Amino acid sequence: MQPQNDTAPILEMRGISKTFPGVKALSHVDLTVYAGEIHALMGENGAGKSTLMKILSGAYRADSGGEIRINGKPVHIDGPLSAKTLGIAVIYQELSLSPNLTVAENIYLGREPSVGGQVDRASMKAGCRDVLERLGAHFGPTTLVQDLSIAERQMVEIARAVHANARILVMDEPTTTLSSRETDKLFGLIRSLRADGLAIIYISHRMAEVYELSDRCSVLRDGSYVGTLLRQDLSAEALVRMMVGRDISNFYKKEHDAHGSRGKVLLSVKNVADGRRVKGCSFDLHEGEVLGLAGLVGSGRTELARLIYGGDQRTSGTIELEGKRIDPTKPIDAVNSGLVYLTEDRKGQGLFLDMTVQENINLGVVGRDAKAGFLDLGKARERALAAIKALSIRVAGPNVQVGSLSGGNQQKVLISRLLETKPRVLILDEPTRGVDIGAKSEIYRIINDLVKSGVGIIVISSELPEVVGIADRVLVMREGEIVGEVGGTSGVAITQENIIAYATGVAHTIAPAA
Amino acid sequence: MVNEAQTGAIAESDKAAANRKMLIQQIIRTLGMLPILILLGIGFQLMSGRFFSPNNISIVTQQAAINTVLACGMTAVILTGGIDLSVGSILAASAMVAVLGSLIPDAGMLGIPFALGIGLLFGLINGALVAFVRLPPFISTLGSLTAVRGVARLLGGDTTVFNSSLPFAFIGNGSIFHIPWLVIIAFLSVIATWLILRRTVLGVHIYATGGNENAARLAGIKVWAVYLFVYGFSGLMAGLGGAMSAARLFAANGTQLGQSYELDAIAAVILGGTSFVGGVGSVWGTLIGALIIAVLSNGLVLVGVSDIWQYIIKGLVIIVAVALDRFRSSGSART
Repeated sequence: MQPQNDTAPILEMRGISKTFPGVKALSHVDLTVYAGEIHALMGENGAGKSTLMKILSGAYRADSGGEIRINGKPVHIDGPLSAKTLGIAVIYQELSLSPNLTVAENIYLGREPSVGGQVDRASMKAGCRDVLERLGAHFGPTTLVQDLSIAERQMVEIARAVHANARILVMDEPTTTLSSRETDKLFGLIRSLRADGLAIIYISHRMAEVYELSDRCSVLRDGSYVGTLLRQDLSAEALVRMMVGRDISNFYKKEHDAHGSRGKVLLSVKNVADGRRVKGCSFDLHEGEVLGLAGLVGSGRTELARLIYGGDQRTSGTIELEGKRIDPTKPIDAVNSGLVYLTEDRKGQGLFLDMTVQENINLGVVGRDAKAGFLDLGKARERALAAIKALSIRVAGPNVQVGSLSGGNQQKVLISRLLETKPRVLILDEPTRGVDIGAKSEIYRIINDLVKSGVGIIVISSELPEVVGIADRVLVMREGEIVGEVGGTSGVAITQENIIAYATGVAHTIAPAA
Repeated sequence: MVNEAQTGAIAESDKAAANRKMLIQQIIRTLGMLPILILLGIGFQLMSGRFFSPNNISIVTQQAAINTVLACGMTAVILTGGIDLSVGSILAASAMVAVLGSLIPDAGMLGIPFALGIGLLFGLINGALVAFVRLPPFISTLGSLTAVRGVARLLGGDTTVFNSSLPFAFIGNGSIFHIPWLVIIAFLSVIATWLILRRTVLGVHIYATGGNENAARLAGIKVWAVYLFVYGFSGLMAGLGGAMSAARLFAANGTQLGQSYELDAIAAVILGGTSFVGGVGSVWGTLIGALIIAVLSNGLVLVGVSDIWQYIIKGLVIIVAVALDRFRSSGSART
């Protein structure tokens, strides 16, 4: 369905600016959205998408001077409540449900019906049933939210918005944590909401989703509005050019020797299992090789990685690094023997957001550099400056708090910390999650440089184009087992189709290409 | 589309203004509560006319000394996201041991190491409960608050113990170059704490554990060692406070000594801008916080405010000061 440009837009944002101490986050941004359209909002991290949406949802106040109109009428959004009454609902990346309450309680949160001062649970249940049915949910109103999967929780959020008669629905990277089947289901749901006449603002980093879903796509860059493309004008080149202001050719660079798989064996994993989700996995990683680890969400990729670096305990299996048994039982054992792990949960498990760039980069080596327990601050600064330069981390100086950096730069800081320990093997779990396109291509460059120096890298990624683009060889996991190998000496071409065939169990063996 | 050069120029001037704003904010944050301390001092001087007399300054700093020492340990604990409610009780037990030790013929100085030792011991017990038994800090130190108070009473047979010829009485009453020993010890405690927090590997690990315990664990930091250290250190500081207290009074009483000292220490840390969830803060802020509390107590007496109103005013000042601080650095404050 095409936006009806002859009808009045449901939402107009004009000349919206927002200044934070130290940053101008938005500068005179415009956005026009029609009812019954899916409007993608794209831009690198830090381009201002989230800030713009937070202004729309009342979480932030815009600087004076701009104007927001809904159905042609100027409105004043001065808090989340006024946004809600105007029919604006936002589904954030971090879902905002109370896990200890039931589905119905969450849907009615803040609007509980009452009879004589008592919560009217019967009518809550009944009221939810309709909306849950309409969305095709397989759970009832009395289910506790903590018992639902992430995808189901998202559905509860959508149900809450629909139930509150939202007319404008903002979704901020809703598929980040979904499997592809769940994603398909979500897309179906979004389309049916569009058919009901809702305006959907869809924020995503994934181009494929934007092509598939959106009617129009607006792009922000560095806090400014760049332009809006109609569906028929969408192309990767045009979008990338608008987002980064330049062309990115060779987005995935495989500049290192692609025959790395024939080098010396660096890491040898034999029969590793945890008795639950990982069942007897064995593989080798070679010097100078990028080994992809693919599979659907829940196939056991991260779990296998955690067993290898000692984050969880193995019940069986051995791990050898350069011919020596290391069998780590704690992460620090692995680090000390030259194997490091980049967590997929950068903020929760990786970085110290209140600490400075310098402190974060040096965290793994402060002990080694110290003299009698006292820090060598000169050395630490040297290391930080060198890392900032080597990985082109965009930051004013080493004493800036990591929490104030963009996702891509935070990721580079975390990678720097791992590199300071001079590892031989890196396991990178979703290395480009929540990272903008510019930083993505720089992370690929870092991976290339590392394998050229003889390091072995395992990349776990849910983004198939990424795995296909950077890996020399890909192992595919399904239900805790390694079920297939593509690339390398297997003779099977590294393509998305082949990986998906293994990952979904459609194929058990694929004949090598002639 | 807007002219590129024009937007560039706008962005540059915006950036310069934003940078200036950030610099000013940074200065304000570094100064912390210092302006409030100075304003209080000036206010009391205007009202009483003798607040800034050398004699009174000496009294104020001595009043602040023991709380400063306790608050140094408390800073380390709160930086890890914990709390130590037992320091008042540990101080009482340590003071008892200090006086009892001082009664040993010809070796009365042993009272000091005894006090430090017992403080450290109780602190390590708190640390072990947090690190190994994994009790929430509030609960384990709430338990020791009560239990150690009992131990303090037990030590003197529930009486007040005296030593009129205390060999280390100079600590509580003497001075060098007109600076009281109590003040020197408190200041050295602040310096030592600062060194540990900001110049050692252990300090980095304390901030890291408080900022993100999960990440700290994954990064190979021995989180249990950090907990054991901070509670041990807090206990040691309480032991030092006990020795200082005994030296000042020539006596110790297990029932009354150190009652609710933990609350003043916590107040000093919070006034000093240390985040209650851990990871952010500095011991210099704590020093200023402890001085604000002492200035308030002293100044209100000078001005002649009744005991009851002193409580009310002190409580309100703490709330207002922290509220102001949050307002001032809104966005980044996480008290």
